[in-house]
Amino acid sequence: MSTEIRSDAATYNDTVVRQFAIMTIVWGVVGMLVGVVIAAQLAFPALNFDLPWLSYGRLRPLHTNAVIFAFGGCALFATSYYAVQRTCQTRLFGGPLVAFTFWGWQAVIVAAAISLPLGYTSGKEYAELEWPIDILITLVWVSYAVVFFGTLFTRKVRHIYVANWFFGAFILTVALLHVVNSAAIPAGPMKSYSAYAGVQDAMVQWWYGHNAVGFFLTAGFLGMMYYFVPKQIGRPVYSYRLSIVHFWALIFTYMWAGPHHLHYTALPDWAQSLGMVFSLILLAPSWGGMINGVMTLSGAWHKLREDPILRFMIVSLSFYGMSTFEGPMMAIKTVNALSHYTDWTIGHVHSGALGWVGLISMGSLYYLIPRLFGRNTMYSVRAIEIHFWVATIGIVLYAVSMWVSGVTQGLMWRSVEPDGTLTYSFVESVKASYPYYYVRLIGGLLYLSGMVIMAWNVAMTATGGKPVAVPVLRAPAHA
Amino acid sequence: MDILYLLVPLSVVLVLAITGLLAWAVSTGQFDDIEREGQRILFDETEP
Repeated sequence: MSTEIRSDAATYNDTVVRQFAIMTIVWGVVGMLVGVVIAAQLAFPALNFDLPWLSYGRLRPLHTNAVIFAFGGCALFATSYYAVQRTCQTRLFGGPLVAFTFWGWQAVIVAAAISLPLGYTSGKEYAELEWPIDILITLVWVSYAVVFFGTLFTRKVRHIYVANWFFGAFILTVALLHVVNSAAIPAGPMKSYSAYAGVQDAMVQWWYGHNAVGFFLTAGFLGMMYYFVPKQIGRPVYSYRLSIVHFWALIFTYMWAGPHHLHYTALPDWAQSLGMVFSLILLAPSWGGMINGVMTLSGAWHKLREDPILRFMIVSLSFYGMSTFEGPMMAIKTVNALSHYTDWTIGHVHSGALGWVGLISMGSLYYLIPRLFGRNTMYSVRAIEIHFWVATIGIVLYAVSMWVSGVTQGLMWRSVEPDGTLTYSFVESVKASYPYYYVRLIGGLLYLSGMVIMAWNVAMTATGGKPVAVPVLRAPAHA
Repeated sequence: MDILYLLVPLSVVLVLAITGLLAWAVSTGQFDDIEREGQRILFDETEP
């Protein structure tokens, strides 16, 4: 196959990629730091300092918003903008809209960082921001869609690479989820009431909540995986055919997993069962994709020994496999009866968030950063290695402590004496959880220190290099 | 559970839209020579 390289004057828009990449690191450190603070508050409640702005209830949504939408969001913007230009062999579409997506998104993050500690919240998990910020999110997101799909429509190659399908599905679905779930009646400049009430609101909330996991934290990062894993290995994805099946199977089956968050509630029983069945079905496409990513290394396993970036990616895929197995299991009603409302859920979320989302983002950024600053490698490869081990040990401590804590809580809550009274009072289960909260704090601290090492490494790489303009590759004749 | 009158039809519309998109992709030959497309991304940069 001939890929003649003739560059013309046009260059890729990597300025916005650099901006988002750097902010991914900044918000990663901030978001994980807040996570460590609230983990410390659970272990040592005195750390709430009796100040409303620093109380757990206000900092917890700040943590989730910062790591998901600031860290994860910036990583997705950076990688999708980078990959869509390369795979479509054209510069980003949209002119000033591109810069608007960056500055607009940063404004949303800053608004969240101010309004959440002040106590402004709509009370919807992962959608806490009040209505004026929600409107700004909508504007930024529509611009993102225009830029991304505009680039896709002006592509110079006929084929749409599989990563772009994942990124595209992520952008469109998140737009739909955000608009439906955030529908509210304003009752003041920073106060609103949801358009839905009671169990209707709960259903919409978890339709949003779980699909946000599915499309923001899964489909988007799968797009990242399908571009950066083959690039880092230097081999095409194990089975391109399977990657296409993975995509269509995932998006056809994802939409109805949400009710598993509402098992044994006022939600109609059939809707709960529907959520459980769809969650179980999801195991198949998820594992197909996981195996496809890992097998891309087949025949080149030795690279895992010398390349710490690849280790980030492959371990991230292992965590993707683990949490997409654990998730469907927890969605089974009888398992859920034990796991729901316990720390097991927190452990599950973090094996997905720290393991899958975190590690794949870090691996992709380690690939990106040197290229964005005209260098061959990161400033310190040894530091990548240290980051990898610190982060991995941190995740294991976090997940295992929360599993043990969660199962302990579940068993204590359901334990009944022969006369029908509860064996344990609630506070006894809290007391039993303390040892695990200390271990979780250590795990979080390790993961945060890995992120700080990465921030130092990125700063050294960026200041030691200089931004480069990469010419757009002319489409080869067969395109 | 009036909300299901919104969410269920919305899913049906989405499934139809996705089916339409899949049909478009298949009929316009997006998946005709896919193994080569998987390799193409490895050559999408001018190496310095």
